Amino acid sequence: MPNIFQTVPLIHFVYLSALLFCIGVVGVLIRRNAIIIFMSIELMLNSVNLLLVAFSAYRQDPPGQIFVFFIMAVAAAEVAVGLAIIIMIYRNIRTVDINELSRLKG
Amino acid sequence: MLTSAFYFIAFVTVFFAVMVIAAKNPVHSVLYLVLTFFGISANYIFILDAPFVGIVNIIVYAGAIMVLFLFVIMLMNLNAEAEHRKSNAFLIVGAFAGGSLLLIVVDAIRKVDWKSVSGQESSGGAIGSIKVLGKVLYTDYILPFEVASVLFLVAIVGAVILARKEKLPLTVGQISHPVSES
Repeated sequence: MPNIFQTVPLIHFVYLSALLFCIGVVGVLIRRNAIIIFMSIELMLNSVNLLLVAFSAYRQDPPGQIFVFFIMAVAAAEVAVGLAIIIMIYRNIRTVDINELSRLKG
Repeated sequence: MLTSAFYFIAFVTVFFAVMVIAAKNPVHSVLYLVLTFFGISANYIFILDAPFVGIVNIIVYAGAIMVLFLFVIMLMNLNAEAEHRKSNAFLIVGAFAGGSLLLIVVDAIRKVDWKSVSGQESSGGAIGSIKVLGKVLYTDYILPFEVASVLFLVAIVGAVILARKEKLPLTVGQISHPVSES
């Protein structure tokens, strides 16, 4: 393991990651702009990436960082499709406010 | 030195992450998120000794994905702060739910027996270097790598189909007899 783990315990990386994840969750809950909700989801993905890299460095295990690489690839594809959906919604109802999207309830 | 750097980077990252969800203007939110990603990348590169993931994080997230967000926001002219704020009750309930989740997760983390998670001594070579990761990626993980390329192809086609302007649907007659109407 790198020297950093002799002074900063692994658990602090876990706490940092959990904190970032919860900030993302709060962002999803309290914002109404669909794009900002989307960015909060990206924040949550990144917090998980941080956790994977921390454990990978701690265990000296390369596959953890390969997983991060694949998570980034999937996130990039997800962002492309998600933003396309948001653009389509904006064209149809002229807003990205998620409260306006509840009309499927009837 | 590295220890205080970690706590400084962690503090800055969390601060910018809070600003992402607190900023009223969506463009400011995007810029704060870029700074958050820079903080996380600094964590990768300087603290965790994983330069490859850190550089890819900057290029893909801070470079490509956030530019995509900025494009969409500016294309739709959303930076005029059109968002109606949710009522205060909503804010309090959301923050309370998030705080409860954090408490539960922290409690679960504290209950883990961290002594059983043994660290591995460094075997000389840097684990996060491009050489090591490339070898693993192109031998053990070659199938997921190829599947990811198919995923990108599907994502490109899906994004183009979803986001293009709707035209009048072509009927079979229009395609097979284009000159018959003139």
